[in-house]
Amino acid sequence: MKKSLNLSAPRKYSPWSMVLTIFFVVFSIAWLYPVVLVLINSFRTNGAINTDVFGMPTAETFMGLKNYINGATVGNYPFLSAVLYSVIITVLSTFLILLFTAMTAWYIARVDSPFARFFYMLCVFSMIVPFQMVMYPLVSITDTTRLNTPWTIPVVYLGFGAGLAIFMFVGFIKGLPLEVEEAAAIDGCGPVRTYFSVVLPMLKPTMISVGILELMWVWNDYLLPYLVLDRTSYATIPIYIQMLQGDRGHVDLGATMAIILLAILPVIIAYMFCQKYIIKGVAAGAVKG
Amino acid sequence: MAKKRKSSDSSTVNSNLVRRPIRKWFPLFVLPTLACFFVGFIWPFLEGIYLSFCKFNLAKDAHWVGISNYQKIFESLKALDYAQIWEESGLWGTITATVRGNDFTNAFVNTTLFAIVSIVLINVIAFAIAYALTRKFAGANIFRTVFFMPNLIGGLVLGYIWSMIFEGILKSAGMQSLVLNSTYGFWALVILVAWQQIGYMMIIYIAGLQAVPEDMLEAARIDGANGWQTLFKVIIPNVMPSITICMFLTLTNSFKLFDQNMALTGGAPTVTLATGQSMGTTELLALNIKSTYERNANFHGVAQAKAVIFFILVAVLALAQLSATRKKEVQQ
Repeated sequence: MKKSLNLSAPRKYSPWSMVLTIFFVVFSIAWLYPVVLVLINSFRTNGAINTDVFGMPTAETFMGLKNYINGATVGNYPFLSAVLYSVIITVLSTFLILLFTAMTAWYIARVDSPFARFFYMLCVFSMIVPFQMVMYPLVSITDTTRLNTPWTIPVVYLGFGAGLAIFMFVGFIKGLPLEVEEAAAIDGCGPVRTYFSVVLPMLKPTMISVGILELMWVWNDYLLPYLVLDRTSYATIPIYIQMLQGDRGHVDLGATMAIILLAILPVIIAYMFCQKYIIKGVAAGAVKG
Repeated sequence: MAKKRKSSDSSTVNSNLVRRPIRKWFPLFVLPTLACFFVGFIWPFLEGIYLSFCKFNLAKDAHWVGISNYQKIFESLKALDYAQIWEESGLWGTITATVRGNDFTNAFVNTTLFAIVSIVLINVIAFAIAYALTRKFAGANIFRTVFFMPNLIGGLVLGYIWSMIFEGILKSAGMQSLVLNSTYGFWALVILVAWQQIGYMMIIYIAGLQAVPEDMLEAARIDGANGWQTLFKVIIPNVMPSITICMFLTLTNSFKLFDQNMALTGGAPTVTLATGQSMGTTELLALNIKSTYERNANFHGVAQAKAVIFFILVAVLALAQLSATRKKEVQQ
């Protein structure tokens, strides 16, 4: 059907396509160069990076894994616990968001009462509110409600991230045929069983999209955990990277690049394996303004 | 809108079967989300509005001061001697002095300029790449994956990677450091954000381009349209919805930008205002709110007042986005 504008169309290449391929090979390498640079410099001494960012490691400037060790032990906070807390917060938040907002979205889409409509409007509204608007009040609220630990901060993520998730789920559920749920009801399924064994399996594509968006948001988020978490006992990876900076000008660039590489490597590996889902999921979230 | 009405009708008809039983399960289906939404959004949002009219160190010892926080935002402008500036540097000089004489107006103008430049740059390049990648050639899918990759990296990390790169380039060219020259800082931020967001916008453009009806392109070919005519008369009108989405996404992203700004220059270089406070010349609005708050406890209320103005700005932009995309959807 769509011949010339389809990436997956049958491959019959024109001579022009060779030129395009060569151009894009060069362009892609340039595009990836900043990440390659992080990798190379994570093995070089700070002094070498400062004199020539683009150089290769030589016998004198090669650090081996020393940058990684220095970076992971600098300051008085172990890098591994930052990783651990990042993982806990990200996994728990994403799980909570997927579990509860999908249920709420089903309620909103199917019940459609004035309250449901009002709540939906509030959720859409929350999507346009920048975090700066709520961040300082949130600091004191999370203090008094004890939401300032890695185990409880997912509640805050659920609250602030509910808007986008509910928006995406409601949009999808409204397109689902009601007949399936009616059939389940006639067969004697209560709402809980209907939801978990009939509706939930149908939500899978949106679950993946929302899940990827929330994972990426929480994993990379700096400001919320920085303000909310008790800073003396907890740090996440972005907070840890920020701590490495300390005073500008006295930064160990080699160690910073080593830690940055450790922070982005899992994400890039995950991306290589499920880039199709990630690209689709992120594009589906394009509504977020 | 019409679609929504229809589905609400059908669920009214079926209320006995599906709707009524669900309502009984309100505590399970809605209450957890509602409670978190209240704690994580509604409560801090309302308290945020209240606190913008208060003087406070911590939120619990706030006391009402009326609109003085909003007045204090522009305090440093009152200290300017306009008669003298006008005499010395004329109209343009007075405008510049006003903009650069206050940290909030400075951040606002920075943000606006940054938004305009990055909207144009990101969308033109993203569209060009998307257009090229929808031609048939070897490796198009791999290139798409490559260009999208920077989106996965957090803003803070991006900032530190590019700060290293720019400092390296500037040093080897014998030029001033990024944190000493606000022009370099501005353009460095533009390049960083372009690198991050071009891939994202490209994905949206590819989806739009793939939806252009083949028979329209066929018709253009038969009518003898050349490549440029096809692009401007057939393809671009057809991908207008994608263009609208991308334009406004880049607009709101630019206005809300924080992490990249903080990590790349942190607002440096700083200058001293007429009131004696220091101002980061490359600060955008979001970073300016944080640095205002961190000045000292007297400025907590001022920072919150700035946050309220910032929210209204972003909300107006987002509403414009919604209504524009709605209009486009109707035409489709």
